[in-house]
Amino acid sequence: MTATLTLPERRIGLFLSVLLALMGLFMAAAARHGVMSLHGFMALGLGLGLVFLIGGSLYDPAPPHRRPDRYYDAPTRFGLTLTLVWAIIGMGVGVWVAALLYWPEATPPWPATSFGRLRPVHTTGIIFGFGGNALIATSFHVLQRTSRARLADSISPWVVVLGYNLFCAWAVTGYLMGSTQSKEYAEAEWYADLWLVVIWVTYFTLYLRTLARRNEPHIYVANWYYLAFILVVAMLHIVNNLALPVRLTTAESFPVWSGVQDAMVQWWYGHNAVAFFLTAGFLGMLYYFLPVRSGRPIWSYRLSIVSFWGITFFYIWVGSHHLHYTALPYWAQTLGMTFSVMLLVPSWASAGNAIATLNGAWHKVRDDATLRFMFVAAVFYGLSTFEGSFLAIRPVNSLSHYTDWTVGHVHSGTLGWVAMIIFGAIYTLVPQLGGKRQMASPRAIEWHFWLAVTGTLIYVIAMWNAGITQGLMWRAYDRNGALSYSFVQSVQAMAPYYLLRTIGGALFLTGAVLCAWNCRATLRGAREGAADRPLVPQPAE
Amino acid sequence: MLKLHYNLEKISMGLVAAIIVAASIGGLVEIAPLFTLDETVELPGDLRPNTPLELAGREIYMREGCYACHSQMVRSLADELDRYGPYSLASESAYDHPMLWGSKRTGPDLARLGGKYSDDWHVAHLIDPRSVVPASIMPSYPWLTRPLDTALLPDALATLARLGVPYDKEMIAAAEADALAQSRPGTEAADGFQARYGARPAVQAFDGDPSRLTELDALIAYLQSLGTLTDAPYRALAEGAP
Ligand code: HEC
Ligand code: HEM
Ligand code: HEM
Repeated sequence: MTATLTLPERRIGLFLSVLLALMGLFMAAAARHGVMSLHGFMALGLGLGLVFLIGGSLYDPAPPHRRPDRYYDAPTRFGLTLTLVWAIIGMGVGVWVAALLYWPEATPPWPATSFGRLRPVHTTGIIFGFGGNALIATSFHVLQRTSRARLADSISPWVVVLGYNLFCAWAVTGYLMGSTQSKEYAEAEWYADLWLVVIWVTYFTLYLRTLARRNEPHIYVANWYYLAFILVVAMLHIVNNLALPVRLTTAESFPVWSGVQDAMVQWWYGHNAVAFFLTAGFLGMLYYFLPVRSGRPIWSYRLSIVSFWGITFFYIWVGSHHLHYTALPYWAQTLGMTFSVMLLVPSWASAGNAIATLNGAWHKVRDDATLRFMFVAAVFYGLSTFEGSFLAIRPVNSLSHYTDWTVGHVHSGTLGWVAMIIFGAIYTLVPQLGGKRQMASPRAIEWHFWLAVTGTLIYVIAMWNAGITQGLMWRAYDRNGALSYSFVQSVQAMAPYYLLRTIGGALFLTGAVLCAWNCRATLRGAREGAADRPLVPQPAE
Repeated sequence: MLKLHYNLEKISMGLVAAIIVAASIGGLVEIAPLFTLDETVELPGDLRPNTPLELAGREIYMREGCYACHSQMVRSLADELDRYGPYSLASESAYDHPMLWGSKRTGPDLARLGGKYSDDWHVAHLIDPRSVVPASIMPSYPWLTRPLDTALLPDALATLARLGVPYDKEMIAAAEADALAQSRPGTEAADGFQARYGARPAVQAFDGDPSRLTELDALIAYLQSLGTLTDAPYRALAEGAP
């Protein structure tokens, strides 16, 4: 990390690390005990670690080449490593919570390892740890290539990556210790939320400053998506997390929203976390890596404009489809339903655009597992958005809501689309970052591909069956007009599906472990900065 | 149009502004009215806020992630009315910061749980669900027998009061004592508690042992209060309101 920084940059880095350590010390001292003090110590530890790292190499030789005309890929490489670490943590815990639903005693009798605390570790670890790091790391790469410019400075990318991961680590350790706001996908406590705002502003300004230096008149479509991701996530995060701390020295806080307003704000956030975190950002990834890997330009420029604005405008309306038949006013539910159905148009336009891009390169899809990952991602994107629009229709939702059908939909989106496109991007990027022609083991990619596809199909099909069975059992009446099944009978009926899901998840996790091993083998021996290439045009432009 | 966009792509701040505008409209239209409509802001006269002990229990409910498996929102569908009771109204959770409507029913809905089971049942069920319901996949919570930490309660009530929950100064000052009192029926402190919160909140030795105030006391007090903070849903159902 430090080898790629100049002396003045190292000094700034040192200064910021000291600040971080002081902030941590202050937090730990103010809170004195509990989660917040532990989190203070974590920040202190990170700060001190960085002080030693940078301080120890302050006067090492400066980076060799003339830097302004070279890309800066060291943060991308570091970010991808973290992506894989979080993938294994997040999916490992995913398999664990899946097992707990089949075998509730499969956990030590400690508070920290009970289902309710592990589940948000899975969702946060996987969405923000795995997904978020992948987005940040690839966005740096894509931004530079499509702008033909180096990142605006060499310090802020590190601030973003390290600060963001401190947030993720705070969040998941907090849940284990019982600290949570209980808002789905926004469980982290108030100071972590504030910290994330600081990091996010740094990220946004870095993005704009780099765009301002671009040597291309046009901002490439991938960047529109990354920009929408950064901007809208900031808006959602701030509004949904507005809270009053009980004391400034404790983690506990109360959200300012309550009741039905809170429900609407929460799902406005929740669904747009799906839209702008799990969709827009990854579409950015798709729009860059798919053309690069297949060697073909995006099929239709016009279609990409229509789908971008369609997605940005329509998605914001759909959050209320999480609240059908609840105490949310009827008109708001109807709006959510209507826009969800309309959303299918731009969603399929994007998926179609991606698949049509591969037209003429089908032989590559057949031979190249990396490209196949991206192809499958586009297909699952199409499938899960179709399913989503269908689930948003009120009568369908009356059956699916609260059941495992939702979980099946979630994972057809996250395993089939999000994780697959990430793996496709990783297998494209990592050899380049390691200065190699290809991944260390192409066969392992092939294995990973089939493990991932099989795992996803088992998971999703099991959950479809589970969800529909559950929904039908809950609403079944016998001839005398009494409910046919007790709730516990519906719980018992889930057992085989929960077991299958655990197996599917384990296959998927195995694939991810293979990927991590393969990346390590590819990057081993490559010098940091080996990939900081001269600014030359890239095929996607 | 295409030409216009062609130019927009050259101006980063233009893109930024356009994204912000496009992504703000939907939220404004759907969220802002909820702060003004009668349907969503009118409160029934008999709605009471949680007592300090119930509030502590609610925090435990959140801490343990019970909301990940249990909803608290009965939808207006026939089978849900038959299984759980009257459908939920917006006003019922008006004092809930945050709401705990939930999105997944791995276990049953709890919105109408209050009074359904005895305290003893809850104690046994929470400590080992399979001792009561053999097929249950709910986690066991043996550690809930530890003492309840009430130190934050006064500040918690004060914070909620600032957000509009009707706790008065006296309630805030007595929060810790009231938490204890609610689990000790027949004591003088319990009378003081009832003077502040009225006769409706149950005063019981929730975990069966009045000599210790435990996390179980708090959680069970909360569970027994679910669906009993107002009678409005029963009235709405009787009147056949939509
Ligand atoms: C893994 C998911 C899961 C978690 C987490 C969970 N439960 Fe349950 N819960 C269930 C299931 C399944 C049932 C139905 C079987 C039974 O009665 O045990 C249930 C039943 C219940 C019931 C009985 C409801 C009724 O009407 O019969 C109560 C009360 C309850 N849970 C409370 C809690 C509380 C309090 C917590 C948090 C401390 C919690 N649950 C956490 C799954 C869960
Ligand atoms: C190894 C693979 C995985 C397994 C075994 C797994 C397992 C699980 C389980 C058991 C749940 C809880 C479901 C419930 O409460 O009923 C869950 C929820 C969830 N998972 Fe995963 N998961 C995996 C991968 C992923 C990935 C890669 C992502 C995202 C990128 C993801 C995102 C989510 C989300 C968002 C939820 C919450 C769903 C909801 O509340 O409806 N999961 N997962
Ligand atoms: C056109 C696009 C989509 C629409 C209209 C849509 C619609 C829906 C609907 C109706 C639900 C169920 C709400 C409920 O009953 O509680 C849902 C849940 C969910 N969807 Fe989608 N979906 C879409 C695409 C996606 C994609 C691509 C992903 C993932 C990458 C995704 C992730 C999720 C998650 C995580 C939830 C669960 C939220 C929760 O309950 O915790 N969705 N979606």
